[in-house]
Amino acid sequence: MKYVLLDYVNESGWPQLTREEQAHWLGAYRAYMEAMSKAGVLQSSGGLQQTATATTVRIRNEKTQVLDGPYADAKEQLGGFHIIEVTDLDAAISWAARSPTALHGIVEVRPMHEGTLLTEDISKYLKPE
Amino acid sequence: MSESIHPAGNEAQARETVESVARRSYGKLVAFLAARTHDVAAAEDALSEAFASALADWPAHGCPENPEGWLLTVARRKGIDAMRRKHRDELAGADLQLMAEGLEAAASAQIPDQRLALLFACAHPAIEEGTRAPLMLQVVLGLDAAAIASAFLVSPATMGQRLVRAKNKIRQAGIPFHLPGREELRVRLDTVLAAIYAAFSEGWSDGAGTDAAKRDLAQEAIFLCRVVTELLPEDPEALGLLALMLHAEARSGARRNAQGGYVPLDEQDVARWDARMIREAEELLLRASALERIGRFQLEAALQSAHVFRRTTGRNNWEDVARLYESLFAISGSPVVAINRAVAIGASRGATAGLQALEQVAADVRVKQYQPYWAARADLLAKAGAGKEALEAYEMAIGLERDPAVRRFLQDRREAAKQASQRCPAENGKL
Repeated sequence: MKYVLLDYVNESGWPQLTREEQAHWLGAYRAYMEAMSKAGVLQSSGGLQQTATATTVRIRNEKTQVLDGPYADAKEQLGGFHIIEVTDLDAAISWAARSPTALHGIVEVRPMHEGTLLTEDISKYLKPE
Repeated sequence: MSESIHPAGNEAQARETVESVARRSYGKLVAFLAARTHDVAAAEDALSEAFASALADWPAHGCPENPEGWLLTVARRKGIDAMRRKHRDELAGADLQLMAEGLEAAASAQIPDQRLALLFACAHPAIEEGTRAPLMLQVVLGLDAAAIASAFLVSPATMGQRLVRAKNKIRQAGIPFHLPGREELRVRLDTVLAAIYAAFSEGWSDGAGTDAAKRDLAQEAIFLCRVVTELLPEDPEALGLLALMLHAEARSGARRNAQGGYVPLDEQDVARWDARMIREAEELLLRASALERIGRFQLEAALQSAHVFRRTTGRNNWEDVARLYESLFAISGSPVVAINRAVAIGASRGATAGLQALEQVAADVRVKQYQPYWAARADLLAKAGAGKEALEAYEMAIGLERDPAVRRFLQDRREAAKQASQRCPAENGKL
């Protein structure tokens, strides 16, 4: 099954680290990704820029609103993700537990639907008749 | 209820008594309540209601003289009430009678200790192997599903379902609550001991002691094994397991330095080991060997003992250690043992011999995601002068490790290997 591991971190912490500490963390992240990749479970990864760079768009009362900043203002922010293909939730949790993010932030494990609307029949996602 | 020792006991005191009775007697009470009905879940429900009643009653009326008996009487009443509600229309005569039996006896007399029977039920071959240890921790020690889930790295919902399923199985399949017969006992005890060891290993993996629930798990496992050795004092493997766990636990404090860094066994400060625990472990091992039936846990305990000998006397005994792992591998066939054997061979006969031994497990898919395999491989490769390959293996080990202290230790090793290979590039790829 496919799972996405969502890394929620306090992004204000990063600039406060020394260069040496930053190198340590980046090394740990790279080794983590290397291990997932060599184990054949990692499908893709992505890192997000700071939430300050975010913009939200919504249409309310037929008017488009464009706002600066992220959607949710929480203590931790979504900083990146890994999509992995593993046999079950237990395996996904064991990879989440190895993430350096688990030490300073939170890793959310979310199962993904197989395929997308572009590849699957719509009826697959409808509620049963 | 019965007479009270503390006529005006306050709430905190009552809570403390409830907690201490829960810790000490939970399994005994569940075992007694479920012994005849096979309904562990119902026994636990009734017992948790009884604990809630105790929290309400004891602060007002003082703690009863016989808290266990008090709880058992209330739990039985609650159990009977629940049964009546469930079978409003039918006659659940037989079950009701079973539950009511001994209702009076319970409050007065000694409650027989049927925890061992309960342990056997939890580790019954009909229960899925991975669920046996969690089931024991819940049913015998009263740990909640969420704490167990965190320790075993599964979601609380999944753990809850597995526990419910296992309890249903005990009830529906009529898994017996008694000690197996003589011939069967040995085989069945192995599964009990294996589950206890699984609980211990989950607890021990948290070397930093950052997670209180896990830290306790190692202690709880030792407690469970003590129950087994007290009730079956003549079983060498139970003694062996207790010795093994005490040896490991004796060193737990020395696995971290003052800065919180990881310290491997051969660099630990021997003075920080718990001498009392080591002495007890050695005595247990001696008792076990007198019973003349060798087994997996005794061999593992003997290995621990050999490590202690090497560190305290300074005498190199890696060849003995390698031979012990050889015997252990013959019994267990476990890839984990094979990795340790390779490390011992590497220490006694050189890195190349160690790498050759490690090659035998390389094909096993299970080791590919097992940190100690990669760390062992990396160390051996570094020693053999294969710098580039060593760095790759360290990278895998670092990526697979959960414990930040061990991860940092591996990163330091990787850095050292990198610098060594840069110092003498000619040695690179000498393998």
